Amino acid sequence: MTEIYLDNASTTKPSAPVREAMLACLQESWGNPSSLHHKGVEAEIVLRGAARAVAELLKAKEKEIFFTSGGTESNNWAILGAARARKRQGRHVITSAIEHPSVSGAFDQLREEGFDVTVLPVDGKGLVDPYDLGQAIRPETVLVSLMAVNNEIGSIQPIADCGEMIRRNSSLAAFHVDAVQAFGKLPLNPKAWGVDFLTGSAHKIYGPKGCGFLYVAEGARLLPIIHGGGQQKELRSGTENMPGIAGLGEAARQALAHFGSNRAGLYALRHQFCQGLKELEGVSLNGPERDEEAAPHIISASFKDVRSEVLLHALEEKGIYASAGSACSSHKREISPVLKAIGLDRAAAESTLRFSLSVENTEAEIEETLRVLGEILPQLRRFVRK
Amino acid sequence: MEYQSLLIKYAEIGVKGKNRYMFEDRLVRRAAAVLRKIPGRFQVYKSNGRIYAEASEAFDLDQAVEALQHVFGISGISPLVQLPLMPPEEMRQAAADYFEKAHPAYGGSFKVVATRANKAYPWDSNEINRQVGEEILSRLPESRVDVHRPELTLRVEVREKVNFYSETIPGPGGMPVGGTDKAMLLLSGGIDSPVAGYMVAKRGVNLEAVYFHAPPYTSERAKQKVVDLATQVAAYAGPIRLHVINYTEIQLAIYETCPHDELTIIMRRYMMRIAQTLAEQNGALALITGESIGQVASQTLKSLVSTNEVCTMPVFRPLIAFDKQDIIDLSQKIGTFETSILPYEDCCTIFVAKHPVTRPNPGIIRRSEEKLLPGINELVEKALAEDEIILCE
Repeated sequence: MTEIYLDNASTTKPSAPVREAMLACLQESWGNPSSLHHKGVEAEIVLRGAARAVAELLKAKEKEIFFTSGGTESNNWAILGAARARKRQGRHVITSAIEHPSVSGAFDQLREEGFDVTVLPVDGKGLVDPYDLGQAIRPETVLVSLMAVNNEIGSIQPIADCGEMIRRNSSLAAFHVDAVQAFGKLPLNPKAWGVDFLTGSAHKIYGPKGCGFLYVAEGARLLPIIHGGGQQKELRSGTENMPGIAGLGEAARQALAHFGSNRAGLYALRHQFCQGLKELEGVSLNGPERDEEAAPHIISASFKDVRSEVLLHALEEKGIYASAGSACSSHKREISPVLKAIGLDRAAAESTLRFSLSVENTEAEIEETLRVLGEILPQLRRFVRK
Repeated sequence: MEYQSLLIKYAEIGVKGKNRYMFEDRLVRRAAAVLRKIPGRFQVYKSNGRIYAEASEAFDLDQAVEALQHVFGISGISPLVQLPLMPPEEMRQAAADYFEKAHPAYGGSFKVVATRANKAYPWDSNEINRQVGEEILSRLPESRVDVHRPELTLRVEVREKVNFYSETIPGPGGMPVGGTDKAMLLLSGGIDSPVAGYMVAKRGVNLEAVYFHAPPYTSERAKQKVVDLATQVAAYAGPIRLHVINYTEIQLAIYETCPHDELTIIMRRYMMRIAQTLAEQNGALALITGESIGQVASQTLKSLVSTNEVCTMPVFRPLIAFDKQDIIDLSQKIGTFETSILPYEDCCTIFVAKHPVTRPNPGIIRRSEEKLLPGINELVEKALAEDEIILCE
């Protein structure tokens, strides 16, 4: 059975150039970049090359890139490290209602540490209103954290406008952006947008798991959360995950080289898929529709009278892989906070699937997926709980 | 303390008359099988009505004891120091050396019980008791002898070798598995059925199991969970052949044809029918379920009677009168609880009525089932033909 993998917001398949770069790092430049000898220098060259590639995608500087174990660590680090560094100036922080658990969890920790947390609402499309943000900023606000692209419904936050709103209302507040779902897919310009910290991850852009980065704007104050040997300018200790970093660097290089064509290709697939879904009975799309507001690779849809797990497994039987809400929270019984925040009721939330695209998906695959959906939805709807 | 061997004690086998050797041999085979999986290169053998597991390499005592605690039939496990036969005076010292090391600075009561299978040995058992007792008292002045109710008993055995032991760790009891008797366990992903399988296996019955899988309404992880549970039960019961029956089409047919409040009971009746056919095909003589009176709607007495009605072979329900908490305690003891409570659905909620019948009327249920005929028989045959067998060990 041929497989159609439509769960690329969970993880992507590492590309051939990424696999080659990682293998070369394991076989040849396997040294410790902190070593003084030749093997160390060799590894450092790989490390700096990767930092340059990531920086280029962000129009940033090589020295503003710090490597981490992935998106979760970067989010935790930026939020805890930035708030703690400013706690003497103020203890108010702001985030939104649809953040990834690695952001909302870090804010829970700040609450424990005595910070006052404001959670901004979103509209029915999953968008934060910069005006609301401006209203929420106080003299003692030290941190704002918003995601660039929502992982469940694909809404693109107005990061540039939010950055401007922060600059206008506060000289104190740092701005963190979780860009895990945007990095490599959408233009990002932290410096121009007034972003101090930005999170990215390798395995969402055809790189390996276990590796990510945090962009730290030159001069932005940040305390470390991992202490030890003082690697990466005393800010992130621990011997660097070199194969992962080599993979991330190569993934960033590929993303940059094919940026425009990848984006256009994903949007074309998205349009085809959304159009087809709308033609099916009892399907409603979640999140924004216009390209300016919707990420090219994430489609969230609710299927009336069909439980999402059942539909997921039924698709799986046909070799099609999707996700029920966000994969990380699919073991929990509560409904997704994101879907709740955009106003879905329990029944709709429990019948929602996320499809997420990669550059490897084809028009034919989307067509096949729509055909299979058209075939199995009526079958599944024969059996609803009475 | 450097132990070389483990003495394996068994209880009920001792009374099995002429078949005793068969039970002993099964016990030896099961003990050897579990010890093969851990370091120590154990030899398990019978000698003069005892069973020994002798290590020929370094081993971890706790690990070996834990392995043997998975062998039904064992009532106790005693770590043993075995030394070559030695002159009496030397043995007096060696026995006290052992005692001192095994129970440092002992200050309680004890007695020495010697047995002398080797009648040529210069001291008889009474002499050994006295000599060793004196030596221990002289070394551990706080200790005292109590021949009636000692807190510790040091056993000294003079055979081809000299054995010392003073500790017996309880085994699981029961009867060794490995004969030809076999029963078919209906295994779900829940807490009860693995415990039920464990209990029947403990009486020396081999297990085979059946799981009803309903994709896409149940996930691959739910199936993997059942494989894991079967493997955990197999650690006690020996290898289990797990039959995975695709139940989806049967379930949907029942759903479409029968009254909704009777779904669960009719589904269970078809599961019992299929399990019985599988049992017959595979030489199992009985069915085992984890049912317990009144636990859920399908386990009221009337519901149990209704599901039982379709079976001609005996259905063992070892948990029938257990409280839920007692079942949970047992599942924690045997190690299946953590897996059982993993949150993968094993029965999709759309097939569960909000108010299922709790007092099914036999006539009404039978009439509902008649509506399924004859199509259902083909579906059952198809499900049986597509039986997937997974060996869990």
